[in-house]
Amino acid sequence: MSAPQLIASGQEGNLREQVNAYFQRVKNGDMGALPAVIALIALAVLFSTLSPYFLSRINFANLFVQSAELTVLACALVFVLLLAEIDLSAGVTAGVGMGLFVIMNQMMGLPWWIAVIGALVLGLAIGAFIGFFVAKIGVPSFVVTLGLFLGFQGLLLIMLGDGGLYRVEVPELLAIMNSNMPDWAGWAMVVIMVAVSFALSMWDRSRRIKAGLPVRPLSLLYIQLAVLGGLSALAVAFLNDNRSVSIIPISGVPIVIPFVVAIIFVGTFVLDRTRFGRHLYAVGGNPEAARRSGIKVASIRISAFMICSSLAVVSGILHISRLGSVEASAGRTIVLNGVAAAVVGGVSLFGGRGKLIHAALGAFVISIIDNGLGLIGLPAGINFLVTGGVLIAAATIDALSRKRSGGSLVRT
Amino acid sequence: MDTPLIELSGVKKSFGPVDVLKGIDFKAYAGRVTALVGDNGAGKSTLIKGLAGVQPYDEGVVKFDGQEVHLGSPRTAGALGIEVVYQDLALCDNLDIVENMFLGREELHMGTLDEASMEFAAMKALQSLSVRTVKSVRQKVSSLSGGQRQTVAIGRSVLRNAKMVILDEPTAALGVAQTEQVLNLVRRLADNGIAVIIISHNLADVFQVCDDINVLYLGRMVAALKTSETNREDVVGYITGTKSMEEVA
Repeated sequence: MSAPQLIASGQEGNLREQVNAYFQRVKNGDMGALPAVIALIALAVLFSTLSPYFLSRINFANLFVQSAELTVLACALVFVLLLAEIDLSAGVTAGVGMGLFVIMNQMMGLPWWIAVIGALVLGLAIGAFIGFFVAKIGVPSFVVTLGLFLGFQGLLLIMLGDGGLYRVEVPELLAIMNSNMPDWAGWAMVVIMVAVSFALSMWDRSRRIKAGLPVRPLSLLYIQLAVLGGLSALAVAFLNDNRSVSIIPISGVPIVIPFVVAIIFVGTFVLDRTRFGRHLYAVGGNPEAARRSGIKVASIRISAFMICSSLAVVSGILHISRLGSVEASAGRTIVLNGVAAAVVGGVSLFGGRGKLIHAALGAFVISIIDNGLGLIGLPAGINFLVTGGVLIAAATIDALSRKRSGGSLVRT
Repeated sequence: MDTPLIELSGVKKSFGPVDVLKGIDFKAYAGRVTALVGDNGAGKSTLIKGLAGVQPYDEGVVKFDGQEVHLGSPRTAGALGIEVVYQDLALCDNLDIVENMFLGREELHMGTLDEASMEFAAMKALQSLSVRTVKSVRQKVSSLSGGQRQTVAIGRSVLRNAKMVILDEPTAALGVAQTEQVLNLVRRLADNGIAVIIISHNLADVFQVCDDINVLYLGRMVAALKTSETNREDVVGYITGTKSMEEVA
């Protein structure tokens, strides 16, 4: 079986040509996560010059832990943003999930893991509810979820009582955000990440070779894996160092990190390599074309909202784990940061473009702004202003790059 | 000539009190390009939607490859090998060419998308049409020109092993060079043994590429001509209703 040689597939050429092709794509407006990466580096440089504590080991670990909730919420929102929909109720959905956890665990005395499952099922149900109104009845998602945003704040008040604050003392849950893995487990995590990425790439590669299709140079794959492995090894080495400011040593990778990495990895696998993921992008790009191709648009929409709401509950569980308590106002403010994180990372508000890793990078940008401004002691008002400014800047980049890639229509 | 791939006789369709198709006879042959022309409101779209199974005909006999069939839904039409390329093409801008060509019919390998075999099949389909205008099959459709998009949409029907491809205004909104490309593509499609039906307002295109010309006028088929045996003036006459087959005869 020999491949037709008339049309290229974008995988031809040596390393240099591949790199040139990448820059060409960036120039054409397909920037992906590039702006977020640049912002990340710029912010890190800025804050490390402004505050001696920014690059300290303890702050580095804090950054990861602080950004975990936001990262998971931003990933949740990607699934609906890809459809050009929005879920403003994701934060309070997390709140209601936490409320149900408290009711099941504290008031009814059920084991913590049953309460977690209960909260996740509630998340699925809320997602199905939103999806039904959006996909079957045709109410704009902005309106449905704005309604739930208000309603669920009330629901959580009723569930927990006015001004209620419930302590959650479940060591297994609290460990996620507050305990660290032994050194070897951190290294094992890096090895697994690199090995799985390598195995998947080689699998794709072998199938392309079997079909007689051109493949990218292996050197490119090795460089990508070296960057992935190098950066994560650096982070693990840093985290495995003692970061305590008291006599009791603290070291190791926080347990939450492999959790978040797994969510990003599985989600990316679903979006990039399954039929469901492909259909999700298709519905986000052109719902009418998707419908005519036989894709069940309504069920794709409903599933996306279900994934979003249940992942939002996961971020709520991380919230419980970090604070060891649930407050009646839980989840009110985080959702806009979640949307900001996704958009800053390069997920398009117009639908059809974006990846989970973009949302994770964006969440890191937002968390660094929060963390850095706190360290240099600026008032909280400035924090909101800067975060808001970054969101508008990111949305502007999104709109402009969309115009640009649309503009290339004129080319023949 | 051998049996037509599709043969309509006495096809009728009405929407409430309005009779849109008043008993149409129509034939299209494998390996030939058949034009369907007529002024706005003549019933071209309704005739096509019936063939696509989107709006089934009320009355009349439809024969596909000599067998009587009922085109009751897009699914039955698709199963017979009837593909329609609508004017808006129905492509997803955010997906690449391969992804668009396989949209809704993705091939799987162990539960995951089989990108390699889809890419191979897409290349082969485009190659069978001698497409040279597309740089890479992994280009996003948003970066393609109008003619290239038409190419992708037509390539998709080839990929689905279409026996009959219906093109709705394929050259509308295209420049001169791109129109030429698409018309060449249409010719090759027919040369590959597919029955091609083109709806067009552009008589220059019709005379350049079509073998047969069918003219609809107010819900009736007023002329079925061979391109080689007619001229532009006559066809315009049929379209505007100043001429009819009976007069000629």
